[in-house]
Amino acid sequence: MNIYVLLKKTFDTEEKIAVSGGVIEDDGAEFIINPYDEYAVEEAINQRDAHGGEVTVVTVGDEDSEKQLRTALAMGADKAVLINTEDDLEDGDQFTTAKVLEAFFADKEADLILAGNVAIDEASGQVGPRLASSLGISYVTTVTSLKIDGETVNIEKDVEGDVEIIETSLPLLVTCQQGLNDPRYPSLPGIMKAKKKPLEELEIDDLDLDEDDVEAKTRTTDIFLPPEKEAGRVLEGDVQDQVKELISLLKNEAKVL
Amino acid sequence: MNFELTKEQTMIKKMVRDFAQEVIQPRAIEIDKEAKFPVDIFEQMGELGLLGIPFSEKYGGSGGDTISYALAVEEIGRVCGSTGLSYAAAVSLGASPIYYFGTEAQKEEFLMPLAEGKALGSFGLTEPNAGSDASGTKTTAVEDGDDYIINGEKCFITNASFAKTIIATAVTGKNDKGKNIISAIIVPTDTKGVKITSNYDKMGVRGSDTAEIVLDHVRVPKKNLLGDPQKGFNQFLYTLDGGRISIGALGLGIAQASLDKALAYAKERTQFGKPISSFQAIQFKLADMSMEVELARNMVHKAAWLKDNNKPFSKEAAYGKLYATETAFRSANQAIQIHGGYGYMREYEVERYLRDAKLLEIGEGTSEIQRMVIARQLGC
Repeated sequence: MNIYVLLKKTFDTEEKIAVSGGVIEDDGAEFIINPYDEYAVEEAINQRDAHGGEVTVVTVGDEDSEKQLRTALAMGADKAVLINTEDDLEDGDQFTTAKVLEAFFADKEADLILAGNVAIDEASGQVGPRLASSLGISYVTTVTSLKIDGETVNIEKDVEGDVEIIETSLPLLVTCQQGLNDPRYPSLPGIMKAKKKPLEELEIDDLDLDEDDVEAKTRTTDIFLPPEKEAGRVLEGDVQDQVKELISLLKNEAKVL
Repeated sequence: MNFELTKEQTMIKKMVRDFAQEVIQPRAIEIDKEAKFPVDIFEQMGELGLLGIPFSEKYGGSGGDTISYALAVEEIGRVCGSTGLSYAAAVSLGASPIYYFGTEAQKEEFLMPLAEGKALGSFGLTEPNAGSDASGTKTTAVEDGDDYIINGEKCFITNASFAKTIIATAVTGKNDKGKNIISAIIVPTDTKGVKITSNYDKMGVRGSDTAEIVLDHVRVPKKNLLGDPQKGFNQFLYTLDGGRISIGALGLGIAQASLDKALAYAKERTQFGKPISSFQAIQFKLADMSMEVELARNMVHKAAWLKDNNKPFSKEAAYGKLYATETAFRSANQAIQIHGGYGYMREYEVERYLRDAKLLEIGEGTSEIQRMVIARQLGC
């Protein structure tokens, strides 16, 4: 089975993120594999181990994305492809990424493509579905269970806490939700072996794309941090009065009632 | 000159950090309180290949370098000194001597299970009357046909209760000058006459197993003699030099943890209407801690780099061990001070850092021995 994983490098949101002049500061920021993409890598490896085949991890990013790809290789993926857009593209959006991937997949025969449900940085959840749509294959988002038997695929999908059970067939794109699996740590031998695994680097030229073909459809006008949480207010006095005051505050100040 | 870690080193550091945070950290307080050796954590570490980092793949290792190993010890020590110490001892003392001095047969039989993380090994050097003065070893190994008969007593031996093999030092004869020849012999712990008891109630590193070993007419084949029968003592010195890098790395981990906790607390804790991190008295402490942690890191990594590049590293390993472990003690002490009364409580963890750090100034060569090693290198 030809299995592909779409992987994105993201900020580690557990670390402090600084914004200045409407841009996130790269210096000192920690980068990780998008956590939802880790589920995708783990699932791809498990599916390969069960059904045979090969796992290729693909990212659209910059030179530094190699680190995340190597980590996926250390976890057990077989090959990696870095589509480096650093020198060719100023700003991209989901359209850009999906378009680049569409060109990449044009001459591939993918049986299964796995992506994260969303990336934790921009959280659009669009790239997977856009790609599936342009490749003309089925897709299911937020999957929490994936069972493949021949061409038939049985899926459990998270729908706002409920489970939807779906039967579909290969070729297929799925986006992975928390609960699908427990991503492994890359083992030491895995890390050492990752050095020798193939990592191909492409630019958009190699995919016969021009800058204009992939020009972003959206424009980011500003980026800012959420306002700092203010201290809570403790109401005092008679319980009866407190309730009245609370209701009035909810109505007039917070305007939620 | 290049201070940057390689991609592999960065990945190993990240992997061990994640593992330590997610698997060990939630149990660190319990491991200390119950003084219970976390066997299951070592099984997982074995599966990840951590116990074989500096050994070649041929012997079941991961083919990593000393720097990677030091990074792993630091990251584990950062969350749990007990686990860090048992880890460092298992690799540097239990397995390394076989890797460096063992015969091919010994490596296959005894090193492989250690490097693959399927078993733990110990190094039995210290005796009730031979601590800093290892030449005072009283344990004897007498030839008897194809075997040695070993008699003696070892104390403070890390991991021994869980070890499959112990590398025991013993007097095997006298040289031309009438001085004792001390050799190392691999003793499987299931050999008749080996009695291991773990009754110590320790101040710190409480979850790391420490045991007493009584060797009573223990018969092991002569082929278990490790390395050169005449130069056994020099081999321990090489082993101990390597071990010092890992204990330095462990000190570094505890020092870094102390700094992290103290800094986070100082920013959060408000007194006199301001976070205490805005007071110079606290800032100066944090600035010193941060500087010392970085200096300790540079020294430990330099010693590891020298070892990886087959250059002499004895002096630098002693610098690293001495400075990093004393930094760990000072940083833990200041971390408690910055936490005030809360720091004295187990829940805040910094008091444990101090108790754990104290051992590092004693084990694998006291601070005083490190200074002697350094002075000797200076030609004194």
